[in-house]
Amino acid sequence: MRYLIPVFRREFAAYFATPLAYVFIVIFLFAMGAFTFYVGHFYDNGVAGLGVFFGYHPWLYLFLIPAISMRLWAEERRSGTIELLLTLPLPLWATVLGKFLAAWAFAGLALALTFPIWITVNYLGRPDNGVIFASYLGSFLMAGAYLSIGASISAATRNQVIAFVISLVVCFLFTISGAPLVLDFFRGWAPLLLIDAVSSFSFLTHFTAITAGVIDFRDVLFFATLIALFLTINVVVVDLKKSG
Amino acid sequence: MIEIAGLTKRFGLVEAVRGIDLAVRKGEVLGFLGPNGAGKSTTMKMITGYLAPSSGTVRVLGHDIENDTIAAQAAIGYLPEGAPAYGDMTARQFLTFIAEVRGFVGGGAKLRVEEAAAKTALASVFDQPIDTLSKGFKRRVGLAQAILHDPPVLIMDEPTDGLDPNQKHAVRGLLRDMAPEKTIIVSTHLLEEVEAVCTRAVIIDRGRIVADGTPTQLLARSRYHNAVTLTLAGSEVAEAEKRLGAIDKIESTETLKRSDGSVQLTAFPKSGALLIEEVSAVAAAEKWQVQELYAEAGRLDDVFRSLTTPDSRRSEAP
Repeated sequence: MRYLIPVFRREFAAYFATPLAYVFIVIFLFAMGAFTFYVGHFYDNGVAGLGVFFGYHPWLYLFLIPAISMRLWAEERRSGTIELLLTLPLPLWATVLGKFLAAWAFAGLALALTFPIWITVNYLGRPDNGVIFASYLGSFLMAGAYLSIGASISAATRNQVIAFVISLVVCFLFTISGAPLVLDFFRGWAPLLLIDAVSSFSFLTHFTAITAGVIDFRDVLFFATLIALFLTINVVVVDLKKSG
Repeated sequence: MIEIAGLTKRFGLVEAVRGIDLAVRKGEVLGFLGPNGAGKSTTMKMITGYLAPSSGTVRVLGHDIENDTIAAQAAIGYLPEGAPAYGDMTARQFLTFIAEVRGFVGGGAKLRVEEAAAKTALASVFDQPIDTLSKGFKRRVGLAQAILHDPPVLIMDEPTDGLDPNQKHAVRGLLRDMAPEKTIIVSTHLLEEVEAVCTRAVIIDRGRIVADGTPTQLLARSRYHNAVTLTLAGSEVAEAEKRLGAIDKIESTETLKRSDGSVQLTAFPKSGALLIEEVSAVAAAEKWQVQELYAEAGRLDDVFRSLTTPDSRRSEAP
């Protein structure tokens, strides 16, 4: 903990030291609103629930989360501060986890700031707040999974644009891995077991299950495992780079 | 105490550091010299645990940098090349972050930060973002960060690069003050810096140590060691050269014309013999108009050039 806190604090404050945090939050909230009300026809549906709102989360995260994660390591490499950071007496896991948690907390803050829509829906009708709570939790978990992917990719490059683009592609594949676009690639040659495995990586499937109002332990475990896996990859990538 | 054994680093096919053995004791200030690309920074990056060696070991106060990384790194204060720092933080925020990572909390952290800032004279810019600081101040923030925890071992990659002469003087004073209690390695291009602060100088070239000794010992390897230089009027030079060339102890002479018409004549001795008395006696007897007459201690840049490989020959096999 004593290692984690300073890293977390510095990283979290770094978002607010530049306009990045404010620009991100404004765009995030604006995009959430635009999709929910204009594309999703929130009012016309006449349903007292936030299903439409949460339905767009995976697609918005796809673009917005890599924007948060891209600077995590790439910026340190570009500016040379990584040499300072890695020669401080910090265990590598603490540095990786501290940075990830700061980014996750920031994403969580942006997500929490969508609370007016929750107030709106409660004002207009009688939604199932249990489902809404579960959906927020699911959305937060999914954001963490996207972030962990983005963080480990950011660790492999010194170029933020490359980190952004590759994260976007990898996150996209994870999002739709249950869809024909991905599965057709495996069909015909891969064993059924592998195809099932690939399709079970779909963020959409797991997230949709949670937004249905059922917090299934397996869906939570899926996101938690994925986060742990990619943070481990993050540690390995940083460590491999030490060998030049 | 730093012990380095067989330290080697390969980047693909390039061997940047080829088997360095070095032990640095408490109280020593080791000047690490070498041309650009000789492997100075790479070696320092391995000592501090930023790069993993391809082979060989580094022990800092007995802690192996690879197996006991945290303990070794806790004992080191490190100023990386270019003094990187988080530009969006103020000097105070940055140093506080370093203090917290180093395990200081609350009042203790505040005290450490203020002490380090005072030693490096940062007060006037303490609350400005580091990005807005001049090169000299940025360098001093890096120095403050390195000495904040009063480390027993200091590794500094070009600590005075980009500082003006006054700031260089202050940094050298700081190093000298800390020297008796610490083990210090300083890399530098500035040979006068070695003479000013270092108790020991190591020259590396193409990844290998080519010289190791006190600055005085290295100076003794210069062909200028014990040479005598005198400045004469231009008309007297030819005669003086002939007269000095006849002296048995003198190996050769060299002249250098100066812009005011006078000429500097340097007489090199055979195998370190002392010449000053004889040359001054001859000059007095011949009644030359001598403007200057002095014995040379040796020139470090001359030793440096004779031991290291210039860029043009760098690609040849060592």
